[in-house]
Amino acid sequence: MEEQEKQENSELESAGDNTTENAPVAEVEETSVAAAEPEFPDAPEMEGLIARKVGMTTYYTDDGRAVPVTALEVGPCVVTQVKTAARNGYEAVQVGFLTAKSLNKPLAGHMERSGGRFSHLQEFSVKDLGQFEVGQKIFANLFEVGEMVKVSGISKGRGFSGGVRRHGFAGGPKTHGQSDRHRAPGSIGAGSSPGRVWPGTKMAGHYGAATITQRGLKIVLADPQRNLVLVSGAVPGHKNSIVRIEKQA
Amino acid sequence: MIDLNTLNGETPKANIEEFGPGDTVTVNLRIIEGDRERIQAFQGNVIIGSYMSGHTPSPTDTFTVRRLSYGVGVERIIPFWSPNLESVKVTRHGKVKQSRLFYLRGLTGKKARIKERRLPVKK
Repeated sequence: MEEQEKQENSELESAGDNTTENAPVAEVEETSVAAAEPEFPDAPEMEGLIARKVGMTTYYTDDGRAVPVTALEVGPCVVTQVKTAARNGYEAVQVGFLTAKSLNKPLAGHMERSGGRFSHLQEFSVKDLGQFEVGQKIFANLFEVGEMVKVSGISKGRGFSGGVRRHGFAGGPKTHGQSDRHRAPGSIGAGSSPGRVWPGTKMAGHYGAATITQRGLKIVLADPQRNLVLVSGAVPGHKNSIVRIEKQA
Repeated sequence: MIDLNTLNGETPKANIEEFGPGDTVTVNLRIIEGDRERIQAFQGNVIIGSYMSGHTPSPTDTFTVRRLSYGVGVERIIPFWSPNLESVKVTRHGKVKQSRLFYLRGLTGKKARIKERRLPVKK
């Protein structure tokens, strides 16, 4: 995967420079390092990409402001399938992200033409299918600085949680003769009428590990060279979790 | 791999001398007033944070400087990586036992003094 990427980048650079075109493989790598900014193809019109959450930190803008950001490893995503209305009933592009440790044969066969083995596949609806072909790489330059995005992912699992954590209950008093009531949920309803607990009553139970979409995040930096996108604010999930970053209408 | 610690560069751009809690430092900060940019000095005691050469602070690390200004305590929390931080100069080393000098907040006058720690003269 990575080698292919490097070769493609270096091909782009050496397009106008014939001397490096026939250079041995070992030197091709050097040229790609030496060039300050290798060119990336213009990103096709697309609503989003698959990303990996790297973690949060502080980013300092040139005018001196400290912005709390989440770093996302965005792409390169490779188109694994172009779904057409004629064949699939709807139009979409399926892209793959990150290399899989192992794949079953049907999946490996599905990805064969794209030239990669991906651990994550997701579909994105697109306006113009003509801009996409199987094997095409899409980089972080899909996003522009200042653009608003939403990020979806699976939130951190909190297991079986009590009402205080799960629903923000206040718990009971710490003192005045209270015992074993500090984090109790309190009353869960009336007495013999209705004689049962209403459905949907807030109680302890499984919390977290749900798909959450965080809207209104702003792109602070998008660098296709490092496959890096910084968004202002927090995104759902733990570090290294897979998230979906989409442009917000 | 994306390294969160080098997103803003390899090291802070400011010229920072080694300091620790209790030291009196002069912090030179860039202040932008309209189109003009000037350097403003803020002198006071470090009450939280330290800087050792050879140890790069994390992008989220800050230090706090406290001074008494016209009888009013003023504390500034300064991020090591702030582009507005020009330099930090140590004017006096202080002898303190705590790493966080919150006790200074309740003290004024003679009680708010910090004993000087004199360093051996370098040959």
